Amino acid sequence: MQFSSKLIENAVGEIAKLPGIGQKTALRLVMHLLKAPEEQSEQLSKAIVKMRQDIKFCQKCHHISDEEVCNICQSPRRDGAIICVVEESQDVMAVENTAQYFGHYHVLGGVISPIEGIGPSTLKISELIHRIEKAKEEDEPIKEVILALSPTMEGDTTAFYLTKKLRAFEDLKITTIARGIPVGGELEYTDEVTLGRSIQARVSFAD
Amino acid sequence: MQKTIVVNRFVVGENNKKSLQSIHSFMFLFNIQLLNFKNYEELNMQFSPQINCLVGENGSGKTNLLDAIHYLSLAKSAFPGQDQQSIRHQEPFFSIRGEFRNEDRQHQVLCALQQGAKKVLRCDQVPYERLSDHVGRFPVVMMAPHDTDLIREGSEERRRFFDAIICQTDRNYLQWLMEYNGLLKQRNALLRQWQKNHMPADQDLLETYNIPLLDRAEKIARARISFLDQFEPLFQAHYQALSGGREEVSLRYRTEVLKEDFKEKFEQATEKDVVLGRTTMGVHRDDFRFLIGGHPVKRFGSQGQQKSFVVALKLSHFDLIHQQKGFKPILLLDDIFDKLDDQRMQHLLKMVAGHKFGQIFITDARPERTKGLVKEIDEEVKIFEIEKGGIQNKE
Ligand SMILES: Nc1ncnc2c1ncn2[C@@H]1O[C@H](COP(=O)(O)OP(=O)(O)O)[C@@H](O)[C@H]1O
Ligand SMILES: [Mg+2]
Ligand SMILES: [Zn+2]
Repeated sequence: MQFSSKLIENAVGEIAKLPGIGQKTALRLVMHLLKAPEEQSEQLSKAIVKMRQDIKFCQKCHHISDEEVCNICQSPRRDGAIICVVEESQDVMAVENTAQYFGHYHVLGGVISPIEGIGPSTLKISELIHRIEKAKEEDEPIKEVILALSPTMEGDTTAFYLTKKLRAFEDLKITTIARGIPVGGELEYTDEVTLGRSIQARVSFAD
Repeated sequence: MQKTIVVNRFVVGENNKKSLQSIHSFMFLFNIQLLNFKNYEELNMQFSPQINCLVGENGSGKTNLLDAIHYLSLAKSAFPGQDQQSIRHQEPFFSIRGEFRNEDRQHQVLCALQQGAKKVLRCDQVPYERLSDHVGRFPVVMMAPHDTDLIREGSEERRRFFDAIICQTDRNYLQWLMEYNGLLKQRNALLRQWQKNHMPADQDLLETYNIPLLDRAEKIARARISFLDQFEPLFQAHYQALSGGREEVSLRYRTEVLKEDFKEKFEQATEKDVVLGRTTMGVHRDDFRFLIGGHPVKRFGSQGQQKSFVVALKLSHFDLIHQQKGFKPILLLDDIFDKLDDQRMQHLLKMVAGHKFGQIFITDARPERTKGLVKEIDEEVKIFEIEKGGIQNKE
């Protein structure tokens, strides 16, 4: 793309680095900012810089937070004896949106994948183990760890590895979220692997 | 510029309707349209549901046309690593369209590739989520001069051949194989990291890969065995018929995986695996052994015996699909007249004449020979003269 102005070219170049945004969209955003009052651009750039500088990760669960400890970990209404282990902060938000879970979280920061150079030490795995040890010492032991990882091979591997590490804790229940047929999905159109897993993990019929 | 044009087709045998109806369940390729595929700029053809002969000089594009049919069936070339090379030189894309027909329906299949993009595969306008969902719907079996690579090359060639057959008929097998290969890649990456950084092997992490890997390996090995149980009798029958019943042949699957102490040995190999940076044991090392009179056909089989061996393998593949799908796959015969001697040729032609096959595509560089051979056969035959450079009327 040809630009008549170096300034525009720079701005478009930076915006187009964002995921899902190409040169054309970037140019449209830039032209929009040019037409809007100057304060809008100032507020946008300030908000981004401040977000980057001040953002914190919760010391306990590693979820994105404004404080040293996030509001989920601080909330007196939540059950600190249950930890839901997820890959990324987005997953915390997804589970929160269900309004079905009232325990704490632990954000790993990814899944184990040697091909991509991601091993257990790259992730917050030793932090999780520490956390459970510390809770035990403080006489507020963790009762259950729920593994809520993607149903991919890497997710399964990570879950398996965590299970191996956590088995050392007696009285700790390790569970994994159920996987199966989407609500409204038709059995006939469900792939064999999902259907197979759903049958293996069947539950007794209630209500 | 090269242009390939069909000049002339004629029909031998008018009672094609009768023989078509006598086939209980059928499937055939009705037509094909190529755009920028290999040496074809644009091509439209309508085929016979029975025998189609593609004749023309070497280099005219006969094999390319068979490969286009292979693409429609299996979403890939019959030759490894060909996708980008299949786009006609200096063009941005290729597309292959074809209409398959069976007794109750017709299906439009489109396979297209844009330079640098992902392959597109659609059936009746609906794109597939996974290419593998298409495989097996419109099966083909191809016989080609390079088939004897199966005997001559290493074990990988044979695993690929049999894995592809088993995948077509067993969905679980495809899944296990994909999982096995994924786990193997990760495990090998881990081994290479340890090798590079001189790190001690993290036993827990290693076991995380070992356990599912061993599980899939066992499933794969068992599936290969039960497949061979089914396949070997078909193979032996075809070989006997081809060779006149003189030699005894067998297919042996060789694996360490099902031995009692495999797990132990696999774990003992860890040190070696770290040094080499790859997994040295598992179903990715298995072999299918081809034996004639108990000896490897690679070393002890004559040229003719080796040819019979691969033809029998392909015919058994044909039978297996027929048995499992209830209809006959399309048969692609590339230059086999040059490769087979009289006896083997007679056997094949007898099978053709006995309506053992469904739709067939045959290529030959010598039109007179093909015309002579198919004249005797009571099926609808179309002969396409493929020429590069323009129309050349022959009749
Ligand atoms: N991507 C491509 N673009 C243009 N021509 C191609 C392409 N790939 C192969 N060809 C040409 O196709 C011809 C080979 O056709 P082929 O089908 O093997 O002939 P045959 O009739 O002998 O089987 C060669 O001349 C080769 O240059
Ligand atoms: Mg050829
Ligand atoms: Zn927190």
